[in-house]
Amino acid sequence: MQKILVANRSEVALRIIRACRELGLDTVAVYSTADETARHVRVADQAVCVGKPAARDSYLNIGALIDAARRTGAEAVHPGYGFLAENAAFARACEQAGLIWVGPSPAAIDQMGDKAVARELAHSAGVPVVPGTAGKLTLEEALRTAEDVGYPVMVKAAAGGGGRGIRVAGDPEELRSCVLAAAREAEAAFGDDSLYLEKFIVNPRHVEVQVLGDGRGGAIHLYERECSMQRRRQKLLEESPAPNLDPQTREAMCSAGARLAAAVDYASAGTVEFIVDASGDFYFIEMNTRIQVEHPVTEMVTGIDLVKEQLRIAAGEPFDVLQDDVAPRGWAIEFRLNAEDPAADFLPSPGEITALELPGGPGVRIDTAIYDGYRVPPFYDSLIAKLIVWGRDRDEAIARGRRALSEFRIDGIKTTIPFHLRVLGEPNFLAGEYHTDSVAELALA
Amino acid sequence: MAEKTIKSPLPGTFYRRPNPTSDPFVDEGDAVEPGKVVGLVEIMKSFHEVRAEDSGVVERFLVDSEDAVEAGQDLVVLAD
Repeated sequence: MQKILVANRSEVALRIIRACRELGLDTVAVYSTADETARHVRVADQAVCVGKPAARDSYLNIGALIDAARRTGAEAVHPGYGFLAENAAFARACEQAGLIWVGPSPAAIDQMGDKAVARELAHSAGVPVVPGTAGKLTLEEALRTAEDVGYPVMVKAAAGGGGRGIRVAGDPEELRSCVLAAAREAEAAFGDDSLYLEKFIVNPRHVEVQVLGDGRGGAIHLYERECSMQRRRQKLLEESPAPNLDPQTREAMCSAGARLAAAVDYASAGTVEFIVDASGDFYFIEMNTRIQVEHPVTEMVTGIDLVKEQLRIAAGEPFDVLQDDVAPRGWAIEFRLNAEDPAADFLPSPGEITALELPGGPGVRIDTAIYDGYRVPPFYDSLIAKLIVWGRDRDEAIARGRRALSEFRIDGIKTTIPFHLRVLGEPNFLAGEYHTDSVAELALA
Repeated sequence: MAEKTIKSPLPGTFYRRPNPTSDPFVDEGDAVEPGKVVGLVEIMKSFHEVRAEDSGVVERFLVDSEDAVEAGQDLVVLAD
């Protein structure tokens, strides 16, 4: 395995290229005609245009991606996150084309991608599951299931993690429109309009466990990330460790995550997502079979490069780390900078960046592919940069976050920086007391 | 009679149907009331409904489905 095709764009493509380069691997970038001037294209050793701007014509175009790998002689494909990262058909197509898939097996993607199967596997592995039922649904089945488990219910894209395409319905009429809208967004984002439904737990915390599996029943966890700061189910910032989580709950949850990964012979990096209710009980909600947007938070506290571990596992090498070696240190927070206007209901704000200055200094990491003069296209995700700060403790990380956020200058487009600065002034956030509805309740957005 | 238009609230890609296999939200000749959804604009993976602000009859569409549109661009001409 010497040449890796990176089947993605933007900051995550750059992130993967960086890991490859440190391991001495060659890289092939792919791009749509809207991304001809993108940084990932310039930084990679080679680059191949895979189609027109619409994601379905380019970054979701399996035939064009496989063809790009063949033409460039790439031996492996890293899908990043989003797009086809959790698409078993793509993973299978890669394997059938003789390419190494940097991720879990297509069977594992299928298992975890099918919420009913995932739920059953979790249950069998002794991992608690959300009350209610789950499974891919038609509109009629959704209405019937909702009657059984009781409203409110949550409708979600079966094909992918992330918050897009998730909706909550309080009654059958709302559920009807939710199902149609959620299916539409799921089709556009993942090329699969299947949905699932479960009982909605009020005011939960969203805490997830990072795992690594070797594909042969060996699995470790790299502790948890607190991801409760969300707006309309979309994560805005993440931190590790999770604040105010009692040590026994943390240990039980992290062990459960590793146990599930081991039970399914999971290979590569994955995330086991839990919700934690007010009493501290936790429930498995899903497993994301890919690298996560917020993986740098874990990297900052553990010192482990997750993307390099993915590449090592894909090459059939053992982990570079044992469970007992995973010793988190200090505190890390990630702020997602989206091209959105927090003063206008987070309206997307694509366009040209007319001036750019980035923060730096101790404990500051920035993962981004933007540059001065870059034009943020309207066709893709609004995430344009991630600021990750590390401190010896939570207070230092928060102070560093505030300092680094105020050093940014991004002219020409609106970003979520003002939102983050407001969060860092909220007593509830500073106390580490927040849940997935806090952003709405605190009128932060 | 004054000509009224429905404008795009955002830049992005315009769609006349809720999904590729559905009927259009409205056709030429249909009467619309304020708040009636006449199309969608996709921007950065999210879909925003385009709603009529006045009542009237859809006279013609100025753009096709999947056309790129600008914020404030006229999409639909309404007749009284």
